[in-house]
Amino acid sequence: MLIIGEKLSIIAKRVREAMMKKDKGPIQEIATRQWKEGSGIIDANIGPAEDGGEELMQWMVTTIQEVVPLPICLDTTNFKAIEAGLKVHNNQWGRALVNSTSNDPERFPILELGVKYNCDVIGLTVGKGGLPADAEERAQIAAEIMGRAMEYGLPLDNLYLDPLVLQIATTQDQARHVIEAVKLFQHINEPPMKTVVGLSNISNGCPKPLRPILNKHMFVLLEDAGLTAAIADAKEMAEVAEERKLILDVMAGKEIEDKQKMMEIRKTLDVIMGRTLYAHSYLEM
Amino acid sequence: MAFTAPKETYTGKVYAVTIGTGDKAVTFGGENVLPFHSFEGVTPNRPVIAVEIQDVPPADWADTVKKPYEAVSGDPVTWAKFCQDELKARAIALRLIGTHPDRENRSPADAVKTVKDVLAAVQVPLIILGSNHAEKDTAVLVAVAEAAKDKNCIIGKAQEANYKTIAAAAMANNHKLIAMSELDINLSKQLNILITQMGFDKEKVITDPMCSALGYGIEYTYSVMERIRLAALTQNDVTMQQPLLGDVGMYVWKIKEASASEEDLPQWGALEERSIAWEAETAAALMIAGAELLIMRHPRAIKEVDNLIDELV
Repeated sequence: MLIIGEKLSIIAKRVREAMMKKDKGPIQEIATRQWKEGSGIIDANIGPAEDGGEELMQWMVTTIQEVVPLPICLDTTNFKAIEAGLKVHNNQWGRALVNSTSNDPERFPILELGVKYNCDVIGLTVGKGGLPADAEERAQIAAEIMGRAMEYGLPLDNLYLDPLVLQIATTQDQARHVIEAVKLFQHINEPPMKTVVGLSNISNGCPKPLRPILNKHMFVLLEDAGLTAAIADAKEMAEVAEERKLILDVMAGKEIEDKQKMMEIRKTLDVIMGRTLYAHSYLEM
Repeated sequence: MAFTAPKETYTGKVYAVTIGTGDKAVTFGGENVLPFHSFEGVTPNRPVIAVEIQDVPPADWADTVKKPYEAVSGDPVTWAKFCQDELKARAIALRLIGTHPDRENRSPADAVKTVKDVLAAVQVPLIILGSNHAEKDTAVLVAVAEAAKDKNCIIGKAQEANYKTIAAAAMANNHKLIAMSELDINLSKQLNILITQMGFDKEKVITDPMCSALGYGIEYTYSVMERIRLAALTQNDVTMQQPLLGDVGMYVWKIKEASASEEDLPQWGALEERSIAWEAETAAALMIAGAELLIMRHPRAIKEVDNLIDELV
């Protein structure tokens, strides 16, 4: 699975301050760390970046690629900032990824950038109004995005479909719809469509100790469903290697030696699959 | 071939909760099916409607609902006796609204006196409610829980901000407890877990997912109640098997439809009929969603819902 390192986000205080001061140190340190932890792409999330977005994105792309031989995921709603970033992106390390187009007409022109700069584009399966209710609705939107990509001349190989992971604490039943959507997306084309998620949103709003647990289980379930890439914490995902087998064994109904771990896995799978109602203390029940 | 109605089987059941003492004690909950699905399982107890009174005269109530209590509502004891003796209430909900700091700001000692007087005057079970001011409720409800010791009342409402003290007081004095969260099923479950983690018996909790009146977000309350019931019955979730409360009167009688006059809005029809129907409709909907305990105000609305229960059980 391709990990898109999520840590360079304007939401994080340290990153935001470094962006504002154009202080390369923290940005390059975090980028390097994520590369070492196994990221294949580095996400550069500069937020809406309404003022000075173009300059900021260019600075981010060059700052990161100065020290890390990886492509960048250009993560902003500012079209001009994306294009500015693509102009300076070093394609020697692979195709840039743009986050994102969707079924919202305002986001269609992103596809033009995909063609013009031969980069990859994330197609978020949401429309202008409201969130998709289930996997089928996501697949319907995916088909529309694919059709539009072909109209614009973007090869489907350059498109990653994103079913939009939502918070389990508030929209629990969407977790299994997302997993189902990842499976469905692969069926709408031959060869199968690539898929991507913003993984950590699953545990947004949950108590801190729960977050890695939910993230890792969701990761294994999505991986099992055939997911291609995840915007995630590379360190956390590297730890999955130790737990993957245990989670898969419990999923298959097997007993594992560590009973406490087994209960944790069972309860977490039950919550993600909607078999028990989520509560912050679900592991204590 | 004869038609056979498809039947659902459920793995869980709702706890039966008994409140009050002696002959007048009442029990609600206990079913192992969705509301009124008696053809699928057992529904041993009918929903209970508690008639709402308060510790201070209902100056803020809409005229239509003030009227039937005109002669008695000046004093909570007379009011409570009227509900028990004339309206044949099976339970009474005493809301200590006068303790709210923005209202009369009555003291915990004042509240204790009211509760003791009412308890001495009536035999039907009492639900004792604070003023929904998280901080003041802590002091008031602890004092009244002690004053009502062993009377098997319901004390409420415990919320995320104050549940520890209120639950401890209810536990120490052998009362049931209302756990209220704000229209969020996951937080409702979480509060039930936290309360039971204190050692409070999970079968003594009543869940209040927060009410809303018809036209004012009732679909949210309905949906949360329905999902709580489904978790209780189909997933056998022991943290969601408490009876549900619909605190209907308070929410219905403050909306515009319950007080706007016919002169101002002739197209809305007669005020009295309209407002009473509004309370009855709201209560009926929430009962269908899963509420086993309703707190209501207008005697005619109560009668209508009672008749509906007769037809459904």
